[in-house]
Amino acid sequence: MGKKHETPLLDELKKGKWVSFVREIERAAEKSERTEDLLGQVENSYRDKITHWKHGGMAGVRGYGAGLVGRFTEFPEKYPGVKECHSMRVNQTSGFFYNSDILRKIADIAEQHAGGLLNLHGSTGDIQILGVWQAEAEEAFQKCAELGFDLGGGGSDLRTPSCCVGPARCEFANYDTLQICYDMTQAFQDEMHRPSFNYKFKLKFSGCSNDCVAAASRSDMAFIGTWKDKIKINQDEVKNYVKKFNVQKYVLDKCPTKCMLFEGENLVIDDSNCVKCMHCINEMPKALRSGDEKGLSILLGAKAPLVTGPRLGMMLVPFYDVLEDSKNDYEWLKGLISNMWEFWDEYGVSRERIGELMQRVGVVTFLEGIGLEPIPEMVNHPRGNPFIKFTDDED
Amino acid sequence: MPEEVKKKRITDIGPHDFHDYLPPVIKKNYGKWAYHEILDTGSMVHVAENGDKIYTVRMGSPRLVSGSFVRDLCDMADKYCGGYLRFTTRNNVEFLLDDENNIEPLKKDLEKLGYNVGGIGNVVANIVHTQGWVHCHTSASDASGVVKAVMDELYEYFVEDKLPSKVRIAFACCLNMCGSVASSDIAIMGMHRKVPKIDSEKILNLCEIPSTIAACPTNSIRPDTIDGKQTVKINDETCVFCGSCYTVCPAMPIADSLNDGISIWVGGKVSNARTKPTFSKLVIPFIPNDPPRWPKVVEAVKTIITAYKNGAEPGERVVEWIERIGWTRFFKITGFEFTKYHVDDFRLAETTMNYSSQVRF
Repeated sequence: MGKKHETPLLDELKKGKWVSFVREIERAAEKSERTEDLLGQVENSYRDKITHWKHGGMAGVRGYGAGLVGRFTEFPEKYPGVKECHSMRVNQTSGFFYNSDILRKIADIAEQHAGGLLNLHGSTGDIQILGVWQAEAEEAFQKCAELGFDLGGGGSDLRTPSCCVGPARCEFANYDTLQICYDMTQAFQDEMHRPSFNYKFKLKFSGCSNDCVAAASRSDMAFIGTWKDKIKINQDEVKNYVKKFNVQKYVLDKCPTKCMLFEGENLVIDDSNCVKCMHCINEMPKALRSGDEKGLSILLGAKAPLVTGPRLGMMLVPFYDVLEDSKNDYEWLKGLISNMWEFWDEYGVSRERIGELMQRVGVVTFLEGIGLEPIPEMVNHPRGNPFIKFTDDED
Repeated sequence: MPEEVKKKRITDIGPHDFHDYLPPVIKKNYGKWAYHEILDTGSMVHVAENGDKIYTVRMGSPRLVSGSFVRDLCDMADKYCGGYLRFTTRNNVEFLLDDENNIEPLKKDLEKLGYNVGGIGNVVANIVHTQGWVHCHTSASDASGVVKAVMDELYEYFVEDKLPSKVRIAFACCLNMCGSVASSDIAIMGMHRKVPKIDSEKILNLCEIPSTIAACPTNSIRPDTIDGKQTVKINDETCVFCGSCYTVCPAMPIADSLNDGISIWVGGKVSNARTKPTFSKLVIPFIPNDPPRWPKVVEAVKTIITAYKNGAEPGERVVEWIERIGWTRFFKITGFEFTKYHVDDFRLAETTMNYSSQVRF
């Protein structure tokens, strides 16, 4: 097969040891003719040092305001195959677990109804099928739906929640990240498919404070697994680790609160001063395990730079007993989320993430609005200046 | 009545239940894993309380993959692990095996197909990244190409465990930051450097003026009138080239083939281990776009990795190493220039200054 477009610059990126995306686009083009024009368009960008995708243009499926992201080339005559090149966000499974049967069927859909290219996965977590034309979007969507896969979020809505591998394959998981991610996604289908928020809202679930889905740096509400009681110590395994490496130097001395010490050969932990940072457990997974009283912390307001600067998640709820609440269909959590969305709806402005709203109105006003009390876990330290606005309700 | 109307349309069913795709050994030991051990950079084992084991073989992926790539994975999964596989948040592929004897044959087969097995332990993990010129309208740079060039150069650090700790690299092609790169050991980010060009002919048709004004983080956009027609004007003095206005208003394009490029940031971290999560900090404000392989970007990343490898103590993440030796020395060791752009002048700028007499000479 002759090449439709010469791609000398992209060809340079087929060299080298790391698996090449250019080769992947070419392989997709072998199955889906339109993708030859994607190669041409990207080569054009490499030549011009600028993107050639147009801003704007609508794409979607009936009844949904999200799930299909519209994309159109600036050069429809030159690259007709990507005149439309929408991406369909297909809601991934919790923990990104699949089998070969379902992945082949999804690949079939990508080849038959799109450009034969996928993102596994998009940054938020969705499977993205690239190169969809509006005329076939409905059929592609329904084919996914027949496999039991709905579309994901997009625009000013609840974005597709995602989670770490959790209890499926990790001993560090302090709660069932996969189940709550699935349950919350099911509970908020309407909020995902029909954008009605001020801006995006993200939920991410990590089973421990290693935070493998980077929840606390990018999701408006981050759920980070933790525990309240004592770290469980297997002293025999501690001794085995002591034989292998300098546990004093690399574990105890690096504990942020210095809450560990050796009494003879026995490791002793002052759990009342442990901040659940995971360092010691990471280093000695055979010897140390989190306690039995497990749950999660909720951190609020993380986001990327736009519009008023990046934010990390702020401690909002130190301990939430998710297992107990899940027995009541997450009544407490859904109440908290609903309070937040109402406050955000009432006082937020367009393109204002909830963390930015909290910053603008002040944390205390925000807490009053959503029905939580200020507690010391929320701050690094108390106020250091005397500009206190006393209110009249003080006696 | 047409066929499609008779057929019931499926909506709002949510994602497929993950339980359907868990391998039997995971189903059996769900929530009952006792510990794990890293076997090498391409494989690890998780051991359940009852002694059951699941082996994971990890390979890198360019994230942007073809149907044929997916079929390759499926063939491997069928041959070696009952068809079960998963992906990671960093876009790796993980094969889930219950037979230890299949690890090496699987790795060999993957390598034969040209795939990269590795990414576990004290390594440069797969680079999470955005769409770039391949699929995005706001990008200041390509994403996949830079990532490919950097990973080619750092390949040895993906397949061999020889760094003091793990190094997480991430790439975002503009500061919309879809890749949420800002908490990475090394973050590579596309930058615009010129004010948006206002298309006053089209702005009223394409944009809402109030939301365009509200999109600006520095209040640099004001209403204006040209020839009796409503438009906006930009204060060049205060615009920070973020592109937020373009995101809401297509009539304010900001991409510029001569002036767009890449910035480099270091010392971010999402894990709470030892130290709290933190954002990456600016190292190089701007490197011009230089496709197809961005050699200066690759060189800068390599310089950081080499300095870190030589200087950090075992177990130290990049930020912990830099905070121990100080930023002054970091700039000295790496040879990067400290400029006026490195001093923060945005919202939390004041909190970033050194309020002490502590310096290293």
